[in-house]
Amino acid sequence: MKQVNYTIDGQRQLTDEVYEICLAGDTSAITTPGQFVNLRLEGLYLRRPLAVCDVVDGHLVLIYKIIGRGTDAMTHMQHGDKLDLLVGLGNGYNVNACGDHPLLIGGGVGGPSLYWLACKLLEMGKHVTVILGFASKDKIFYEDEFRRLGTDVLITTDDGTAGIKGFVADAIPEAGNYDYVYACGPEMMLRDIYNATTVDGEYSFAGRMGCGFGACRGCSVKTKKGIKRICKEGPVLTRGEIIW
Amino acid sequence: MVNLKVDLCGITIDNPIIPASGIFGYGYEFADYYDINCLGTFSFKGTTRDERFGNPQPRIAEYDYGVLNATGLENPGVDAVIAEELPKLAKVFHKPVMANISGFSLEEYVEVAEKMSASKQVGWLEVNISCPNVHGGGMAFGTDPKAAATVTKAVRAVTKKPIIMKLSPNVTDITEIAKACEAEGADGLCLINTLMGMRIDLHRRAPLLANTTGGMSGPGIFPLALRMIWQTYEAVKIPIVGAGGVSHARGVIEMMMAGAAAVEIGAANLVDPYICPKIIDDLPGVMKGLRIEDINDIVGVAHRR
Repeated sequence: MKQVNYTIDGQRQLTDEVYEICLAGDTSAITTPGQFVNLRLEGLYLRRPLAVCDVVDGHLVLIYKIIGRGTDAMTHMQHGDKLDLLVGLGNGYNVNACGDHPLLIGGGVGGPSLYWLACKLLEMGKHVTVILGFASKDKIFYEDEFRRLGTDVLITTDDGTAGIKGFVADAIPEAGNYDYVYACGPEMMLRDIYNATTVDGEYSFAGRMGCGFGACRGCSVKTKKGIKRICKEGPVLTRGEIIW
Repeated sequence: MVNLKVDLCGITIDNPIIPASGIFGYGYEFADYYDINCLGTFSFKGTTRDERFGNPQPRIAEYDYGVLNATGLENPGVDAVIAEELPKLAKVFHKPVMANISGFSLEEYVEVAEKMSASKQVGWLEVNISCPNVHGGGMAFGTDPKAAATVTKAVRAVTKKPIIMKLSPNVTDITEIAKACEAEGADGLCLINTLMGMRIDLHRRAPLLANTTGGMSGPGIFPLALRMIWQTYEAVKIPIVGAGGVSHARGVIEMMMAGAAAVEIGAANLVDPYICPKIIDDLPGVMKGLRIEDINDIVGVAHRR
């Protein structure tokens, strides 16, 4: 973990409620895809956790959704403004755990945590398939970014306005062969994926955290391998240790 | 050079800054972030006789000026703490540590106190009779003067180490509890533990915390903590460890002027993991600005008008 003051290098709106923010600063503490950062936002007491979307050339890319006052205020932040982040938090995905054909599944703002992972897996020569789930066509983001990397992308929408109608688990039969699952999204979605697959995999949980760095035990969960803190031993848990 | 050293129940500590129990684990993990030997001491995670998972999720809620927790004393149990956690701590912390202990019966307090007392690393026993997040224990002992006295007396009988009773603010008159603890041999008092509060999830139309209620901490409780320290200082002679919403050096000075001999920092660590070393670094400058040479000179000074 490291506390770093980043400078905003750019921001772009992806949908009516989702933004991509690019931050310049020290990224040396961010070592693994699937790790997260904890942002300090004006007017909010606790920090807010966000998944790392991409790390490239001293820049950190994050994707956030407007949920309340803090994230709403973030949309008004300008190029050059500063953001106080704790970075390098949690254990990310294990890129060496999968075979040649990993399946990456993300729901809504769970998708971005898979982007840097996809980059790493492609570098390793893997054939990567990605399922991204959204509520409707106008909520879709990062489909093109994932395609440009060279992954096979399947889109689902709850209302069927784009891609396959239904939830991400409904698209798994369309994903062809895969030997491992990496998933990030709401707990209900993760459970559906777990039940719809039999292969090993890693599931990234969004626990309700206090500190984000293992101090307060606010996010502890029971697993088959003992008590784990989502923020410290997680947020990624393996299929074999999850207790639903 | 200003003096930051203070005496806490017979043990001199380098400065009055103490991370509070519950936000600092067993300490060694913070050693990855900074040299924790800069601290006066710290109070480790509340320890019970048996291992506890604590309360179901969600355990954390927020309000405008702080946080609510309903962790429920998650800890590995006293034997595991002594066998596994304290040896890890010994590698990175070379000062006496404050052992925070809790129980669900008088016998449990006594057993945990006795075992902790045998550890050379432990300087003080901080006896938590004020946890608002467990049922049938904790706070039940801290909201009745007779029960508080009984716990103090029983722990006193099994340890020679200084006992600091951690008091609950969820009472009508905290000074009655304080006096009861002092009368039965407490060496010091720590106040305040968290205030019982709650939040409601507007979408689910239900309490946000699985435990319904949680303990409030953070800057929002500072004036209340200060008032209780003020009242208790006038009621007892034993030293008070102040706690409640302190997040900067000026808050430390203010709490000491109200009567605290040392100050615990809790919720602020969750927001800024480096807050304690920052406060320790800031204190000499703030003291110079207020013409304070020895921090001991200001303890309770606001009472001497």
